[in-house]
Amino acid sequence: MKSLLSILAAVLLSACAAPALRGTGDLGLVIERASGSVAVVDNSARAILGRVEGLGDLSHASTVYSRDGRYAYVFGRDGGLTKVDLLERRIARRIIQAGNSIGGAISQDGRLVAAQNYQPGGVKVFDAETLELLADIPAAFGDGKQFSKVVGLADVPGNKFAYALFDAGEIWVADLSTPRAPKLTKFRNIGSQPYDGLVTPDGRHYIAGLFGEDGLALIDLWKPEQGARKILADYGKGAEKLPVFKMPHLRGWAVAGGRAYLPAIGKHEVLVVDTATWREVGRIPVKGQPVFVMARPDGRQIWVNFAFPDYSHVQVIDTLEQKVVQTLAPGKAVLHMEFTPRGESVWISARDDNRVVVFDTASFAKLAELPAQNPSGIFFTSRAARIGF
Amino acid sequence: MIRFAAFCLALLTPLASAAADPSAERARELVRMVRQDCGSCHGLTLKGGLGPPLLAESLREKPVESLRYTVLLGRHGTPMPPWSAFMNEAEADWIVRRLMEGFPEETR
Repeated sequence: MKSLLSILAAVLLSACAAPALRGTGDLGLVIERASGSVAVVDNSARAILGRVEGLGDLSHASTVYSRDGRYAYVFGRDGGLTKVDLLERRIARRIIQAGNSIGGAISQDGRLVAAQNYQPGGVKVFDAETLELLADIPAAFGDGKQFSKVVGLADVPGNKFAYALFDAGEIWVADLSTPRAPKLTKFRNIGSQPYDGLVTPDGRHYIAGLFGEDGLALIDLWKPEQGARKILADYGKGAEKLPVFKMPHLRGWAVAGGRAYLPAIGKHEVLVVDTATWREVGRIPVKGQPVFVMARPDGRQIWVNFAFPDYSHVQVIDTLEQKVVQTLAPGKAVLHMEFTPRGESVWISARDDNRVVVFDTASFAKLAELPAQNPSGIFFTSRAARIGF
Repeated sequence: MIRFAAFCLALLTPLASAAADPSAERARELVRMVRQDCGSCHGLTLKGGLGPPLLAESLREKPVESLRYTVLLGRHGTPMPPWSAFMNEAEADWIVRRLMEGFPEETR
């Protein structure tokens, strides 16, 4: 009888230990850049569920998601590409695909993962399932013996990827509808030193920010025959450029209410552009040099963080009023912000204070504080369904 | 002229190397600044990114003075900004010398 009871107890226990079924729509990752780990987080419970370790050098790491929201592809600085299973909280696959890498993207159909590399300069495309290399596209320019660092890689409709060549001043669009035989369209002389790029939420326009000169390069992907054109070419005229202590990031775009909000490089301003004409319609003074300028999903607010030495603050722009309405101090060295899928709250990483702070975006009240080791990027699975993320 | 330049160098070099090392606390701050803030372009491990690598082997052939002034004044035509608002000459010199022998890790 006793043994029957203990068998029964064991059966009951193991039944309880079986993991409960759950979706991944409210999960995400926080990059812990110094320790080579990622924290798996739940943005409904505002909790850290666990950690996955052994991802290498995660300085400047970023993540894209499989379209089922179960797997994260983490691109590390050291060329590591790690496929992380969010549900089992383990590494599903990991390869070292380059010497020095800066990020990546996932294709429209979710079957291809592309990595953009500094060293060797170019783009590599992998099977999202197996991480098998399908295409290697070196960013050769000039006499063909030089290779450019690649920046601003974004997925665009048609299973294409758009990206910019920092050293060459070119934008390339790679069509991967036949993954092992990519077709390239090259836009030359687009401007000096493109440092990052973005695709608009509808997938129509690709914009690269320029470091070497004022303005940005714009391509209408619906009319590629028109070539690249320069927008905001004189936003810095007559003013001396401030030194830039950190390159702005264009990815994580802010397009809201027919306007694009862009970081003015070397200035304490956010530029406002009409997306119908691509002409400047305003400038909003902010506390420092913007790094990320991100729209809340409904477009009512734009959140901005800053480069060293103003990086302990975050400012909020109201898009109706076209001015800063709130300044927050979440902690030292704010590196990234991520909105919950519908934007009622925002998660902010404060690297030097080793914490992630969650704010209510309506009241600006602090909702939670989570411990993390030198947190940088925060990435929620809702990115899986968005063009350019 | 060359002799004059050598004379100036001779004047400069002992000055710089005779400068006191930063305090332990300031040294920790400088190490963190290099790893984290310089690291946003040069990489946390200093293997390079948008900016070139800052590893001992990649700097070996370069003169200390020119590196020191690159740190303080930036490098025109590249994204390298001047850091002179955030450190003095002796501290820039200390950073360059540490870089050339292999930069220390952050201590917690």
